[in-house]
Amino acid sequence: MNADRDFLKGNEALAYGALRTGLNAYYGYPITPSSEIPETLAAEFGRGTYPEFRAFVQAASELEAINMTIGTAATGAKAMTATSGPGFSLKQEGISYAAAMELPLLIVDVNRSGPGLGNLGPEQSDYFQATKGGGHGGYRNIVLAPDSVPEMALFPSLGFELAFRYRMPVILLADAFLGQLKEDLTFPEVPAREFDTSWAVTGARGDHRHVLSSLHLELPDQSRHVEHLRSKYEEIVGAEQRSEEIATADAEVVIVAYGICARLARAAVRSLRDRSVRVGLLRPITLAPFPQDRLNALIDGGVRNLLVVELNSGQMVEDVRLVAEGRARVESLERVGGLLPSSGEVEAAAEDLTSSGDLRSALEAMVQ
Amino acid sequence: MIGAQELYETKLGPLPTLTGKPTHYCAGCEHGTLTRLIASALEDLGARERTVLVSSVGCSVLAHEYLNVDAVQAPHGRAPAVMAGIKRVRPDLLVFSIQGDGDAASIGLLELLYAANRGEPITIFLVNNAIYGMTGGQMAPTTPEGMVTTTTPFGRDLHQTGPPLDASKLVASLEGPAYVKRVFLPVTPTPSPEFFNARGALEGARAVRHAFEVQQKGGFAFVEFVSTCSVNWKLSVLESKRYAAKVLAPLFPAGLYRDRFGVEAR
Repeated sequence: MNADRDFLKGNEALAYGALRTGLNAYYGYPITPSSEIPETLAAEFGRGTYPEFRAFVQAASELEAINMTIGTAATGAKAMTATSGPGFSLKQEGISYAAAMELPLLIVDVNRSGPGLGNLGPEQSDYFQATKGGGHGGYRNIVLAPDSVPEMALFPSLGFELAFRYRMPVILLADAFLGQLKEDLTFPEVPAREFDTSWAVTGARGDHRHVLSSLHLELPDQSRHVEHLRSKYEEIVGAEQRSEEIATADAEVVIVAYGICARLARAAVRSLRDRSVRVGLLRPITLAPFPQDRLNALIDGGVRNLLVVELNSGQMVEDVRLVAEGRARVESLERVGGLLPSSGEVEAAAEDLTSSGDLRSALEAMVQ
Repeated sequence: MIGAQELYETKLGPLPTLTGKPTHYCAGCEHGTLTRLIASALEDLGARERTVLVSSVGCSVLAHEYLNVDAVQAPHGRAPAVMAGIKRVRPDLLVFSIQGDGDAASIGLLELLYAANRGEPITIFLVNNAIYGMTGGQMAPTTPEGMVTTTTPFGRDLHQTGPPLDASKLVASLEGPAYVKRVFLPVTPTPSPEFFNARGALEGARAVRHAFEVQQKGGFAFVEFVSTCSVNWKLSVLESKRYAAKVLAPLFPAGLYRDRFGVEAR
C-alpha cells in the first residue's frame, strides 16, 4: 500500500499512518476491536515494503507487548503497541515505568465497552485511565483523540513527535466505531523527522553511559524526579492543548465532545444552525492536556450552557466542570454499553439548553 | 598456572567494566561473585561498549550501579521482554539480565518462557537462592520443602504450595533455547576448616563467557546459578554454604541441559 489515496478502516489507516512516519517496531497481543492494526502491520512486515519497520512480534501477553515496546523505545527507536480496554488495563504497569523512565512510545487504545469483558461496541470509558495516569504512581500521559479515519492515519506522526519532544508515552485513544469505520482518505506527506535520542541506551562510550531507571531509593531524589515529571506536564499544558471549534463565535450552547461523539455533534450543530439555533462545538483533540484555555475563553466570552456528549457514565464531564467552576451550566448526554446517541438526540439535548428550549420546557410544565 | 599477583590484576583487581562502587550485597552472597564474573567476561570479549544490561527487580535491582555499562530498568519479571525489544531493533548489541528466582520463575515466568521459546538472542543469568531476598525472606518458587520463610513460618508444605519449580528444566523443555546450563556457584567447605572449594566460581566464569558467545551466535542463552542467602535463611555464611551443598545441590543438579552450538566442546 503506497498510493496516497485509499478507502480504509480506521485501524488499517492507523497502521499505515504509523508506517509512513517511520515506525521501527510493533508489539501487540490480538484483541477485538483493534486486531486489524497488528494484522495490517504483519502483512507489511512480511512484504518488507517499509525498510525502517524492523520488528514485528505477536507477543504472548499484553505485558510482554508493552515491555518489548519499552525495550525498543529505550534504544531511541520508534515503537508502538495497540490494544483495547482489557489489554489497556494490563499495559498500565509498563506505561507507569515508561513514564517514569521518560521513554517515548505510542500506545493505541481502541476503546470497547467495559468494565470487565464488556462487549465489542464503542465506548469512551477508558478516558479516566488514559488521561489521569492509569498505572501506579503519579504521572500524566499525552492523550490524542482522533475523530475520523484520516485522523487515525495522521495522529501516529503527531504522537511520535510529541512523545520524542517530551520523552514520554503518548496514548492514541480511539473507539471501536473509529477502528472499524471505513472512510476515504488521502495520506498526508509526512516529512522524515530526526528526533534527539542522545539519552538512548545503545552501549557506553568511554566514560559516558546511560542508565534508564525508575528507581530512586533516596527519598529526595524520588521527590525531585516526580516534581520534574510534573513540571514537564505543566509545560505541556501550556504548549500543547489542541482542539477544534465549530460555530462557537456566537454560540449560546457549546457541545463538548470528542471522537465519534464529535461526529454526531457536528451533524447536530449543522442541523441546529440551519434552524438558526445558536449551538457550537468544542472538540478536544488532546484529551490530555485538556483544552482548558479554549473552554475558559468560551465561558469568558459569555457561553453559559455546555453539553458534554460522551460514551461513558460521565468522565470528561468532570474535566469540563473543573474548568467551568460553576460559571456555566454543564449538562451531560451519555451512552454506555456500546450504544450511540443519534444526532437527533444530541440536537434535542443541545436545543433544550438554549433559552428557547428553556422556554419550551417552562410552557410544557405549565400545560401539565 | 598464573601467579597470585597476575590473578589479582587480571581477575580480582579493578575492572573498567565495574564502577568500583561497593555493592549492597550481604556477606557471602553469590550476587557479588556473579557481578565480577560478568564484568570479567565482557572485558575478555571486548564488549563493554556494545552491551546493554536490563536490570530486573529483586536483589539484582541495582546491578547497573556496579556494572559500568548502559542499562535499562525492567518492571518485576519483565526483563526478558524488555531485552527482546532492544535486541529486535539492535541485534548488534549484547543484551543480558541478572534475574532472581522470584523475578524469573514466578512473576516473570511467562516472559522467560516465551523469550526462550522464540529463541530471542539474549542472555539471562538466573540467581536461584531459593528465597525472596530483597523483600525480606518470603517463599520463592524454588524454596525447598520444609524451609522456614516468613510466608511459610512452619516450613514449606508441598501439599499447599506444590513442589519447587525447576527453571532450567522448564527452559530446556522448549525447542527455542540454544544454551541452558546450571552451575552450583557457592564455595563448598572441605574437610579442612581453612580451605574452601571454589570450583563453582570457575565453572561460573566459563558459563558466563559461553552464554555471551551463544548470544553472539544468535541463540538464547540461560544460566542458572544455585546460590545462597544466609541472611534470609537465618544461617551463618558458613552454614549457608553447607546447607546449599546438602539441600540445594541435589534438588537443582548442576549440568549442561542444552548446548546447540557446541560452545562447551571447544
